[in-house]
Amino acid sequence: MNVESMNVTGEPLHRDKGEVLLSVDNISLRFGGVKAISDVSFDIRKGEVRAIIGPNGAGKTSMLNCINGFYHPQEGQITYKGVRRAKVKPHQAAADGIARTFQNVALFKGMSTLDNIMTGRTLKMHRNFFWQALRHGPAMTEEIEHRKVVEDIIDFLQIQHIRKLPVGKLPYGLQKRVELGRALAMEPELLLLDEPMAGMNLEEKEDMCRFILDVNNQFGTTIALIEHDMGVVMDLSDRVVVLEYGRKIADGTPDQVKANQAVIDAYLGVAH
Amino acid sequence: MASASAGQADTFPKLLLRNARERSSRIAFRHKDLGIWQSWTWAEVAEQVRSFARGLQDLGLKRGEKVAIIGYNRPRLYWSMCAAQWIGAVPVPVYADSVAEEMAYVLDHAEAVFACVQDQEQVDKVLSIAERLPHLRQMLYDEPRGLRDYDHGKLHEIDKVIAGGRDALKASPEAAAAHEREMEAGSGSDLGIILYTSGTTGRPKGVMLSHFNVITAAEIGCQFDGLNESDEVIAYLPIAWVGDHVFSYAQAIVAGFCVNCPEGPETVVDDRREVGTTYAFAPPRVFETMLTITMVRMEDAGPLMRKMFHYFLGVAKQHGEKILNGESVPLGARLLYKLGDILIYAPLRNRFGLSNIKVGYTAGEAIGPELFKFYRSIGVNLKQLYGQTEAGVYITMQPNGEIKADTVGRPAPLVEIRIDDNGEVLYRSPSIFGGYFKDPEKTAETMTADGYVRSGDAGFFDETGHLKIIDRAKDVGKLSSGDLFPPKYIENKLKFYPNIKEVVAFGQGRDYATVALNIDLTAVGNWAERNNVVYASYQELAGHDLVYDMIAKHVDEVNRSLAAEPLMGGAQIRRFLILHKELDADDGELTRTQKVRRGFIAERYAPLVAALYDGSDIADISTEVTFEDGRKGVISARVKVRDAKTYPVTAPTPARAA
Repeated sequence: MNVESMNVTGEPLHRDKGEVLLSVDNISLRFGGVKAISDVSFDIRKGEVRAIIGPNGAGKTSMLNCINGFYHPQEGQITYKGVRRAKVKPHQAAADGIARTFQNVALFKGMSTLDNIMTGRTLKMHRNFFWQALRHGPAMTEEIEHRKVVEDIIDFLQIQHIRKLPVGKLPYGLQKRVELGRALAMEPELLLLDEPMAGMNLEEKEDMCRFILDVNNQFGTTIALIEHDMGVVMDLSDRVVVLEYGRKIADGTPDQVKANQAVIDAYLGVAH
Repeated sequence: MASASAGQADTFPKLLLRNARERSSRIAFRHKDLGIWQSWTWAEVAEQVRSFARGLQDLGLKRGEKVAIIGYNRPRLYWSMCAAQWIGAVPVPVYADSVAEEMAYVLDHAEAVFACVQDQEQVDKVLSIAERLPHLRQMLYDEPRGLRDYDHGKLHEIDKVIAGGRDALKASPEAAAAHEREMEAGSGSDLGIILYTSGTTGRPKGVMLSHFNVITAAEIGCQFDGLNESDEVIAYLPIAWVGDHVFSYAQAIVAGFCVNCPEGPETVVDDRREVGTTYAFAPPRVFETMLTITMVRMEDAGPLMRKMFHYFLGVAKQHGEKILNGESVPLGARLLYKLGDILIYAPLRNRFGLSNIKVGYTAGEAIGPELFKFYRSIGVNLKQLYGQTEAGVYITMQPNGEIKADTVGRPAPLVEIRIDDNGEVLYRSPSIFGGYFKDPEKTAETMTADGYVRSGDAGFFDETGHLKIIDRAKDVGKLSSGDLFPPKYIENKLKFYPNIKEVVAFGQGRDYATVALNIDLTAVGNWAERNNVVYASYQELAGHDLVYDMIAKHVDEVNRSLAAEPLMGGAQIRRFLILHKELDADDGELTRTQKVRRGFIAERYAPLVAALYDGSDIADISTEVTFEDGRKGVISARVKVRDAKTYPVTAPTPARAA
């Protein structure tokens, strides 16, 4: 019944946007001769909404891929919760509390919304394969607990009406929402959103903004997002980092970034 | 005689306590939350309401003050009505989807001091107009999501208010006794509720109904259809609408049946299936949508399925209604119908969530006869009633076995009806309202000296004593030729087609009748997909030539049927156009109960109306649209106008008003 129960820690969340949750130091990433990211540093503070923007091919998605361990940068280091990470695998990053959504929706198309979100709970399920296959005893108890969390998320994202529908049949905007739901099911500390609003109409965008703010507000989840809609970025984020051709060209509050000449040039072009 | 069965219990809180005594362990409310039906028995509901009332009192609510209730159908919002009534305050349910402007008017006019709202969306809306509401002191909300960081000085969670009230009552037996006395002090003649009518014309008016009015109305319905505590309804219509108030609140408490609140507006169909409601109420639009979706889905079914479906629907059309009415039908047809029932009708009823239905009502607007007959033919006992907020809903109802598609039935029990000289329907009953809130002028206009209420609708009794409503009295007009022009009659004929969603007819004082219409995006969109018609938006699809061809056929059929009716033949449609945008309540084109506001539309789309009459094939228009958050935008379009064929009228047209 109580939506707040999603806050598993049970204590009130105070969002002191000060403590650094993740810091990226002098990262460079190369694919053969192509330099995707060169010497980029920035940090993400606990509880903030951090946007990463830049023109196409600026290295934004590569950056997210580095953070969640999908790519391994050749130079530089990533410190997460005070721990310097060597080569992390994506599943380790997930276990550490980093969840993400993808630019192109990556859901199990034939499975229902409910099952898709349930997969987000996989890392939190502890009964062995035998019990789970039997779906009995402790495994059943566990499933009920997890179902409760999933139902809370379904309620939160207002997708009750598609609970049992296969996601492949859903419109794109809803699929994006399901994907967010799956990421939330991990109860992440850091949520990486790769263009959560791409291809959405105005109304869907507004809904999504609401959800992102609510996630940040209610669960205290730190959010790093890539987004092309500047209106959205400026409204949602606490701080923005701007990349161009793999380099960082600006970093600061939305207002600072908006006023930055390098950013204006990158987006509007310069006369040569 | 009216509240005989209620005995001493002449207010809703008293009736609630009676239920808590007499059927304490029966389920009173269900709400599907987190995928599970949560339920409360009558005893539990009484406890919640008792504590809630105390909590409201502790927040400073006093007898006679008004409490606005805003939101989707939620148990706690229904309880808030009863809790307010407990301490003699007056609940004022408000349409949850009203834009801030409309809400500000109603809240201010009602002088609401408290507002019980559903969620953050409504809290935000009320906060945005707070400076225009000098009376508003406290706000309560049901769902805490997103409201954590709000200033809770004047904002409270309903659950906490209930818990606070419970503690206060527990702490002192004297307080508990005083609290009971507070409730006992209420009487049936007290103002029970103010329902704002959605206002087809002008500002909404606050209809004041006493406990006695509403209880009487509820009893009329319960006795007429034999409703009892074993019935189940699903509450999904706006709580501010008299229908929902009587069906989901008053009758539930009077008869003691269970009210089921769905998860959300989108899940109603599934939730209805799960519950298996026995008593249903819906405006024609809901039945229409269900049928449209089914027809669209059937187009995608396999050929065998489709053949079977259409064959048995044919059988049902021929015999179904007669079987339901208990008329004599040949044995062979009966057997065939039985087979159809197993193969098609029963699964179809199950799909609609109407398997257990005892009686279903449609009201609010005239229902297309074909649509009405369809549901009856597949074995759903669908009936019509004619009602108004001012009447506490019931004016006429159809008794079992006397169901006709084109009338609204006989006068309901205790209701007297008179037809005025100008054809207007006047009614009188114990359940009629006590007047409009703060508007004696309008009250005087509406009530006659001998206690009748002017319905504003034109109608007549047919030879069997059934009332037939033609249209709003002031809307039935004449063409310049003197022929009768009943706009709604024409509109409803067209709206029966699944491809057509909304119609506005013009013709008052003109040479001939014309229509502007909206296509149904679901139905036409599906047709477009199957016929390789490419479109990007409603606007583009609406302007497509093939779509115009399709609609032209419908208009042609309507003209044929109008030509066959001597009275209506003069009102055949000469020209029509498809509007470039969907009519929307947010733009003021429809009322909150989705009725078209003809006059407003004629003004707003004046260039299009002009084109309908000046013979041009094309017209330019740009209109302002309002988004849900109140922002405005402009859309422009070039709209085509087409001519339609008319037919000679089969009988002479007596030019007289009905």
